[in-house]
Amino acid sequence: MKWTDIFKKKSSSNVAKDRLKLVLVSDRANCSPDIMDQIKNDIINVISKYVEIDTEGFDIKITQVESEENEGTVPALFANIPIKDMRAPKNK
Amino acid sequence: MGEVIVVTSGKGGVGKTTTTANVGTGLAKLDKKVVLIDTDIGLRNLDVVMGLENRIVYNLVDVVENNCRIRQALIKDKRYPNLYLLPSAQTRDKSAVTPEQMKKLADELREEFDYIIMDCPAGIEQGFQNAIAGADSALVVTTPEVSAVRDADRIIGLLEANEMKNTHLVVNRLRTDMVKRGDMMSSDDVVEILAVDLIGVVPDDENIVVATNNGEPLVGSNSLAGQAYMNICRRLLGEEVPLLDLNARNGIVNKLASLFKKN
Repeated sequence: MKWTDIFKKKSSSNVAKDRLKLVLVSDRANCSPDIMDQIKNDIINVISKYVEIDTEGFDIKITQVESEENEGTVPALFANIPIKDMRAPKNK
Repeated sequence: MGEVIVVTSGKGGVGKTTTTANVGTGLAKLDKKVVLIDTDIGLRNLDVVMGLENRIVYNLVDVVENNCRIRQALIKDKRYPNLYLLPSAQTRDKSAVTPEQMKKLADELREEFDYIIMDCPAGIEQGFQNAIAGADSALVVTTPEVSAVRDADRIIGLLEANEMKNTHLVVNRLRTDMVKRGDMMSSDDVVEILAVDLIGVVPDDENIVVATNNGEPLVGSNSLAGQAYMNICRRLLGEEVPLLDLNARNGIVNKLASLFKKN
């Protein structure tokens, strides 16, 4: 490694750590992209009964959050659901 | 009543068998009555690491199938008064034994031994299920590499799902020079990721290879790995032992230097 690299690159141990943290989130959730898609569609269907939502901007992901009960972190499902209209769609 | 400890890792080649041999021998050196069980049916290895390969008559499968009594299959390690090995079978496969049979065997050995240490095969299939069936606690061995840590995480999840009460982590083959350069995850990094109780850090040490060549576990010797393994044994017995300074060298200059540092 050249000395100039210090300013450019993260150390490989930090790269390893970050990659592991990401891969373990999905490993632990035991969720394939397929299942994530199904969860997403089901959520859209449920919420659409009550309000009109922007399905384009809809995003769900599993991340780690600090847990208050047991020390450390736990996985959590985050959903970002933009609402187009607070009134229920009439045609459903 | 003895305690049954399973040594496991998920990934192969991270040092399960070496850890089993050294922790078992270390506990025997600390005056505990210990039996090591090689549960890797078909890929027998603990016997050669322990240097007892020439004394095998009966094996684990013989015991389970009632071809012999447990006593007949246990190999006494003559170097230590309280150390025994139950070797695995080389010509059978993992399905020769069931988790129920392993649990029964562990419970019988509990009556007589202080520690029953199971060397688990790599993988998460039946061999793993067999090895953990009768265990009270687990030593999860990993190295500071992404593949080994990922597999360790999976194993920890499976141990939790099987209601393992106690899970401890051993970080094996750590190279402090690489950690300092930022080219290897530190034991703290690994603990942070796996969120499990650390019981010991074993440095990458050439002496391990020499010890395995000779069939003599190096636990308790002056080498860094030997000291690290002995510390793990003391912690298993409930002693509070600070983590080893892995930067220490065994040379005279360093010994002198450390003398001056202390004062």
